[in-house]
Amino acid sequence: MSTQEDVDASKANELARTDDEPIRILDADGNVLPNASVPDLSAEELRSMYEDIALARRFDERAISLQRQGRIATYAPMTGQEGAQVATGYALEERDWLFPTYREHAAKYVHGMSLESLLKPLRGHRDGYAIPDDVNVLPEYIPIATQLPQAVGMAWGHQLQGRVEEAVLCHFGDGATSEGDFHEGLNFAGVFDVPAVFVCNNNQWAISVPRERQTASETLAQKAQAYGIEGVRVDGLDPLATYEVTRAALRKAKEPTDGERRPTLIEAVQYRYGAHTTADDPSVYREDDEGDAWREKDPLERLRNYLYSEGILDDERDGEITERVETKIDDAIAAAESAESDPDSLFEHVYDEPPARLREQREELNALREKYGDDAFSEVLE
Amino acid sequence: MSSASSAESDEDGSGQSTESTGSGESTESGDERLTLVEAVCDGLYTEMSADDRVVVLGEDVGKNGGVFRATEGLYEAFGDDRVVDTPLAESGIVGTGIGLALSGMRPVAEIQFMGFSYPAFDQLVSHAARFRSRSHGAYTVPMVVRMPYGGGIRAPEHHSESKEAFFAHEPGLKVVAPSTPSDAKGLLTAAIRDPDPVVFLEPKLIYRAFREAVPTGSYEVPLSDAAIRREGSDVTVYAWGAMTRPALIAADNVADEYGVDVELVDLRTLSPLDVETIVDSFEKTGRAVIVHEGPKTGGLGAEVAATIQERAVLYQEAPIKRVTGFDAPVPLHSLEDFYLPQAVRIQDGILETVAF
Ligand SMILES: Cc1ncc(C[n+]2csc(CCOP(=O)(O)OP(=O)(O)O)c2C)c(N)n1
Ligand SMILES: [Mg+2]
Repeated sequence: MSTQEDVDASKANELARTDDEPIRILDADGNVLPNASVPDLSAEELRSMYEDIALARRFDERAISLQRQGRIATYAPMTGQEGAQVATGYALEERDWLFPTYREHAAKYVHGMSLESLLKPLRGHRDGYAIPDDVNVLPEYIPIATQLPQAVGMAWGHQLQGRVEEAVLCHFGDGATSEGDFHEGLNFAGVFDVPAVFVCNNNQWAISVPRERQTASETLAQKAQAYGIEGVRVDGLDPLATYEVTRAALRKAKEPTDGERRPTLIEAVQYRYGAHTTADDPSVYREDDEGDAWREKDPLERLRNYLYSEGILDDERDGEITERVETKIDDAIAAAESAESDPDSLFEHVYDEPPARLREQREELNALREKYGDDAFSEVLE
Repeated sequence: MSSASSAESDEDGSGQSTESTGSGESTESGDERLTLVEAVCDGLYTEMSADDRVVVLGEDVGKNGGVFRATEGLYEAFGDDRVVDTPLAESGIVGTGIGLALSGMRPVAEIQFMGFSYPAFDQLVSHAARFRSRSHGAYTVPMVVRMPYGGGIRAPEHHSESKEAFFAHEPGLKVVAPSTPSDAKGLLTAAIRDPDPVVFLEPKLIYRAFREAVPTGSYEVPLSDAAIRREGSDVTVYAWGAMTRPALIAADNVADEYGVDVELVDLRTLSPLDVETIVDSFEKTGRAVIVHEGPKTGGLGAEVAATIQERAVLYQEAPIKRVTGFDAPVPLHSLEDFYLPQAVRIQDGILETVAF
């Protein structure tokens, strides 16, 4: 039952709505939409983008299967979201910085992390978070939304040091927009006008909580308005559109024109095809067929169709890609599975200089290992 | 103080179980064989049935029944007004929880993992803990904040924290950590009925480790009493939560192999501490080994040790030993066995203390 006041209020809301249709370049079948122009990417770059999306999809399948076999621990799948991850990664220059979450395996990979390093933490080895010197990727963020203020700080620091050619790109989910750190980060970004791009991977779900329950705002992009920065909605299942929008935001972050603000909030509208993680069972809280409409706009299929129609890809090349992808993943799994962590390493990197107390604890553990053998430590705890 | 019993009851599900708390009186007759996480859920169900003011709020607690299934079935039973999926915001959950409590409700907030409680830290320590004192008793916050805590489940980074000392340090908060299903239900009931805010820490490593008989109907285990899980005369081991289990294994080992008689005190409520039980046991044995998962420095073990020193120094036969997590972040799972106090480390600590 609604009162007259309710009706009036909802009309007012209706009028206040802007055109929030996400930006698209390709239609669901991979045809270029009328009035859309494709980004300036060479055939080779497009093929490579496609290959990385294909790799991400296959990586996901393999990782889920490894988890089922007990060969890796809990894994957060990205199927349906690879297009946005790879496309935003392609928009970055090597010197730009990436702040990823636990789900952005493909974004990390395209910005320079090895597949092996992605698998290592899943095998319990922390050195997978050790980023090579020439790679500008932060270790993945697990506490939700905490990366936003930090990304702002780094972009701010770059600006203070005159390093404006190094932009910062920060990923997070739809759920993250509810945290205080989201607000604080974007507010600072606006106030200090920093060269940062915020990519909200709106996959419609935060574990079991749907997007509508996360916020009463009509869109996530519109939150940008309150911070005095620009908000854009893009079809996150359209790799070309996501690339183009991210590219433009990065350009603006580095060289805004008069009156233009550097930071941008991009809402990349997408869908989490699978479970939140391998520990999650989505059938408890959502309908199985909910994803069907999204799958019809699948990023991999869409880009493949486009590339075929442009003559950039054919069966032979696609076959080569499939093989190459398999080999890369096989090699990474083999390398990750042969890695080990030395128990002694748990005391490393806590401080620059380990305090005496910590050195003592390290000796204590080593003495016990010597006395009882390492196997004694893995006897069942329960 | 409650009767001696074993935290190790009925691992094999054979139906034989030892009474584990002895302090709770069930209002209805009958037992159910539950795991610890089922007992938490049963405790919530029972209190929600008895008291309309009790509401559950948190991330994924509704339709999903909680990521550990601790609230399974509550949404179906009580509806979305009383079992509430909130936006993803811990400060929001605890802050609104405080407001709900001030309005006369009895909120039970869930923080999905202890490692994600920090956005709510300000609300907990600056407000929940001190509403009573700031308002000279005019306002109180009868709220429970549940958090799964601790390591050992091969979880990703930040999912294995054991930072009970943060909360036990805060005057005005009570901190509870059950180690058995029947305690979990009875302590949770007492926590919900308590007029002050309670941080309720659930040892997720043993959420499903064993079943035991849990009384149906409602009963309380008071938030004041430690439990003696094993009586002994040579040395006292103090532990709580999941650590009571390796402690008990170690105690049984040293009894079998070395004839050392261990008394195991399960603190159960970490704040306020049951000083009397802690000290009485030490006066009997004169030797103490304190076990916790959290880092050694500033851990709750230091408080237990200092309490013993203050009250019973003349009974002391050996240095007080702490077997704890190290002063380093919890490692990822390939090394967590080396970080968490295992039976082998506890046993070594017991033997060292006894040999002194
Ligand atoms: C501060 C914090 N609270 C809770 C969690 C537990 N948690 C992990 S992922 C997640 C949902 C995140 O949803 P969203 O931001 O939409 O990202 P998605 O997982 O969908 O990519 C939650 C609640 C966490 N990691 N950090
Ligand atoms: Mg999401």
